[in-house]
Amino acid sequence: MQKTAFLFLLLVAGNRLMAQDNSLLQSLDDSLSMQQKHEVVTGTFKATQIVNLPTVESPGKKSLQFMIMHRFGKLNGGSYELFGLDNASIRFGFDYGITDRLAVGVGRSSEDKTFDGSLKYKLLQQTTHQIPVSVSLYGLVTNYTQRYTDKPYLDARYRTAYTTQVIIARKFTRNLSLEVVPAWMHFNLVPTAQDKSDVFAVSAGGRMKFTKRMSITAEYNYLLPDQVVTTSVKSSMSLGIDIETGGHVFQLVFTNASGMVGPYYLAKTTGTWGKGDIFFGFNVTRAFNFKK
Amino acid sequence: MKVLYSIILASMLYIPTQAQSWITRNGKISFYSKTPMEDIKAVNSQVFAAIDVSKKTIAFTLLQKNFLFEKQLMQEHFNENYIESDKYPKAQFEGTITGNIGTTPGVYKVQVDGKLTMHGVTQPVSMPAELNLQQGKLVGKSAFSIKPSDYNIKIPSLVKDKIAAEIPVQVSAEFLPK
Repeated sequence: MQKTAFLFLLLVAGNRLMAQDNSLLQSLDDSLSMQQKHEVVTGTFKATQIVNLPTVESPGKKSLQFMIMHRFGKLNGGSYELFGLDNASIRFGFDYGITDRLAVGVGRSSEDKTFDGSLKYKLLQQTTHQIPVSVSLYGLVTNYTQRYTDKPYLDARYRTAYTTQVIIARKFTRNLSLEVVPAWMHFNLVPTAQDKSDVFAVSAGGRMKFTKRMSITAEYNYLLPDQVVTTSVKSSMSLGIDIETGGHVFQLVFTNASGMVGPYYLAKTTGTWGKGDIFFGFNVTRAFNFKK
Repeated sequence: MKVLYSIILASMLYIPTQAQSWITRNGKISFYSKTPMEDIKAVNSQVFAAIDVSKKTIAFTLLQKNFLFEKQLMQEHFNENYIESDKYPKAQFEGTITGNIGTTPGVYKVQVDGKLTMHGVTQPVSMPAELNLQQGKLVGKSAFSIKPSDYNIKIPSLVKDKIAAEIPVQVSAEFLPK
């Protein structure tokens, strides 16, 4: 009897010891997991744009992003134009994060000598198990300054257009992110009365990471029909490869859009992939920080 | 004899050992990678930690996402490219304390040995620590260093000059009785 009691005592004592040893880290872990439930999903995209289409990402607070967007000429220019390399169109842009959610930007494209100013606001951020998507609002004002001596009536107001995009994105897995972007453009002046001054488009885009620092990206911008009638506009499609190296993101791109900002790639694309109206180019971003 | 056993047994079953467990949910762990090219600092102020003085055991656990960097891009790279916090959300430490921890207020220098798990890799670590027992609280401080390569954290050659091969880690926590 004594022996049994002793054994039982040992058993209970042993159990108690083990239970306590486990519980120290285990109980901590359990309460940590409670806290973990609704985490903000970060890194939906590497860059602030897929090729031309903006992503939900924006520079962090007090961080300045300098961007060079560059497109060569059309590939179907043939060997005479060295497959487009003789020509170039460029956009410089600066984007600055006022807060982690709000960013402002300015830019200037060589096409039509266009200045642009933009605001991007992260309205909603995807979280694990709660909010399924991230939503950013993007507003862009463009003003082209190309001189037309035959059109003296073109004042600053007529040269201005507004683009508003609602970017709805979801990071499905650590590698795959997709977004859908409805767009509304308003042109202060359109070529004829038949052309609409309010124009709508829908874009879709995504990225697939194939290494930790490289991904394949694609975007398709569909302009709803019967809006721009005097020029034969096409939907623009772009493919790219993102390469991230520390503070830089390099994007090598192929696109049938020569323009790189709102109204240009969405509503003024005339080339098609089938005919070889393909522009090769790149976007390079560099981040600078002004925090402490 | 039977009675004696029963008493011991009953005491083990029902009377908890005297409150010698300490716990915190806002311990601080920071690291500082210093190279001529770039200084990278990050701090996590939501570290969960516990000490059992009677068993001389200690445990830490934290969420990698709670490390805050001064630059948002660094924080994103830390989570996305290096620590892969989506795959390995936590870092955990479990260890034992050697050295005397008194019951009266004072500073006790001890040695902590244990296992650190992060990025899916477990490595033994040991560090000297200082436990400062005060009225109603226990303040612990320690420092050690880790090599990213020990935890299978690959650093591409392009940024090798910007990330230290050995990174000092500072730990400080103010524990309250459990």
